[in-house]
Amino acid sequence: MRQHLLEAADLDRADATLVLDTAAQIDAALAGREVKKLPTLRGRTVVNLFFEDSTRTRISFELAAKRLSADVINFAAKGSSVSKGESLKDTALTLEAMGADAIVIRHGASGAPHRLAHWVRGSVVNAGDGTHEHPTQALLDAYTIRRRLGRVDGVRVVITGDVLHSRVARSNVRLLHTLGAEVTLVAPPTLLPVGVETWPVQVSYDLDAALPEADVVMMLRVQAERMNASFFPSAREYSRRYGLDARRMATLSDDAIVMHPGPMNRGMEIAADVADSARSTIVEQVGNGVSVRMAVLYLLLGGAPE
Amino acid sequence: MTSVLITGARPYGEDPVDVVLKDGRITTVGASLSVPGAERLDASGLVLLPGLVDLHTHLREPGREDAETVETGSRAAALGGFTAVHAMANTDPVADTAGVVEQVWRLGQQAGLVDVVPVGAVTVGLSGTQLAELGAMADSAARVRVFSDDGHCVADPSLMRRALEYVKAFDGVVAQHAEEPRLTVGAQMHEGERSARLGLTGWPAVAEEAIIARDVLLAEHVGARLHVCHVSTAGSVELLRWAKSRGVRVTAEVTPHHLLLTDACVEGEVDGGVRTGAYDPVFKVNPPLRTHRDVAALRAGLADGTIDAVATDHAPHAVEDKESEWAAARPGMLGLQQALSVVVETMVATGLLDWRGVADRMSVRPAAIGRLDGLGDAAHGRPIAPGEPANLVLVDPGTRAVVDPAALASRSRNSPYAGRELPGRVVHTFLRGTATVLHGVAQK
Repeated sequence: MRQHLLEAADLDRADATLVLDTAAQIDAALAGREVKKLPTLRGRTVVNLFFEDSTRTRISFELAAKRLSADVINFAAKGSSVSKGESLKDTALTLEAMGADAIVIRHGASGAPHRLAHWVRGSVVNAGDGTHEHPTQALLDAYTIRRRLGRVDGVRVVITGDVLHSRVARSNVRLLHTLGAEVTLVAPPTLLPVGVETWPVQVSYDLDAALPEADVVMMLRVQAERMNASFFPSAREYSRRYGLDARRMATLSDDAIVMHPGPMNRGMEIAADVADSARSTIVEQVGNGVSVRMAVLYLLLGGAPE
Repeated sequence: MTSVLITGARPYGEDPVDVVLKDGRITTVGASLSVPGAERLDASGLVLLPGLVDLHTHLREPGREDAETVETGSRAAALGGFTAVHAMANTDPVADTAGVVEQVWRLGQQAGLVDVVPVGAVTVGLSGTQLAELGAMADSAARVRVFSDDGHCVADPSLMRRALEYVKAFDGVVAQHAEEPRLTVGAQMHEGERSARLGLTGWPAVAEEAIIARDVLLAEHVGARLHVCHVSTAGSVELLRWAKSRGVRVTAEVTPHHLLLTDACVEGEVDGGVRTGAYDPVFKVNPPLRTHRDVAALRAGLADGTIDAVATDHAPHAVEDKESEWAAARPGMLGLQQALSVVVETMVATGLLDWRGVADRMSVRPAAIGRLDGLGDAAHGRPIAPGEPANLVLVDPGTRAVVDPAALASRSRNSPYAGRELPGRVVHTFLRGTATVLHGVAQK
């Protein structure tokens, strides 16, 4: 592994597979244990530096670090908006002086983790930056796919929703491609970035046509407010054309699974009965997130497993 | 005033001659001249050009003297071979009154390194709603002829029409920052393959081109002069070519950075499998760095004269405005001291322009656009000939050097050329017969 995990492109196939294998080993080691804790990172300090509210991601990283016995500091930099640009560097230098071994950063500005990595000596883990990437989400999604379907290579994944603004989509496209999956993006043309034609994916505007071929359907969160900037006419029309409801789910093959990175807009991009169905991996994804983040912190800070 | 005898200089890169300067003017150009009592300056091997003229600099004074002052910017300009620079109006307070433009003009005269020519704002406070007192600025001591809301587009088509018409009364020109604001809300970089991957909001080429298309039609309709600032796309070059073929009175400029750099800079560099320097805001600029295809079209447009001038858009920024997240950083880059070097690298070394072409695009035409060519003793962009004002620059075309931002005269350090080796060293600069730069050292 490299020093940082800033984007999915930092991982080649061997690296990515190592993370997934390590997560599996950690799961196996902790299975059935009463005390779910490993001593690996005792004495190391992990800082969760969150410039955006994200309770679920922050808790997941916190739990991951604690289960590895690291000291965890939560630094909620709330109120430190992008407009106060200097604060990121000052905060970075402060954390550096305090001896942080790893900084897990969530930030509203694309590329903020890259700048942070430029200023500190410790490891930087991107926990979501603007509309750029969220690499540990992609890793936990790949891990979930592998657990459910037994492999990632050759798996056909349909990613549907607001690709334009989605860091989850960018990380998944890159990582799933690295791991050999075939990715199809489905969205209204307004929610696909100009330049998407250069991505290693198929692009479709028709969800109904894409579903029967899919092994995995990954729904992206779509903010209803996007209609105010004319990305689509109304939440109702979006839901009708691109939402996953029971009728659409019935067109999936028997083993196909439904994923969502959360938080969901039930009734918008995903119907409640789909989210709660047996195909849904949504709750499982949350649990897998802790294991994968443990693997990432372990590999960045502790070295390769024995 | 003593005479200066420059020996062995090559005007426009052509055969060596000696040149005598006296009382602010060129008095003699010829072979093997001898002038008793003159200061001799051996310029063997150096290319002699008319002093460069910049249509587009930001000197930040008044308001942001921590980033640049008229004096420090003037020094950077002289070291870059310039003898006149136009200072943009987006200062604080905005240069939208006769008082502010006269203040900037006087500061330039006091610094005495280049002629600082103020640009007046088109609208009050750059707000795009009400015309500033353009006539008062034109009639002031600063003698403003170029008007621009640069940094902001004059987006209202009716207001733009009126501005174009109004400045005809004093032979002014509106220099448009062509950016349709509704198409660039939150825009961070060129919209294309790289913005998609980097997750940065795109600044589409059409936002520039749509305004240029509108404005050349407006200029044609009212018979006014239009100048287009920092043209950055291949489509813009095509539109300008079309407009000029129709006889529209339009001129255009391109920046050195748009001739050399592309949006690939935003991605940083991969060295040994590790990517470094991604999202470095030193490469954030408005309009943004574009693609190789755009760079090629801009070079071709400058070569064939579709684009009239190279203008630096020198934009100094304090460290805290650049050492930040990409989205929080201010757009803009330094340019005055490397402009000629970049033109040598992109246009001369490639065979697209000869030295006469460089003189035309960096001195003659920009001076004509700003109406500086007819100012008698104070004129710029004039031929290298007896009787003309002695505004001259001597360039060593062969020397290559690595750019060190710490060594620049600007008060700011945001050079996109840091660490890059570029050809062409400005050795001496003369403003009205007085050396402002000798042997690469500013004389004030």
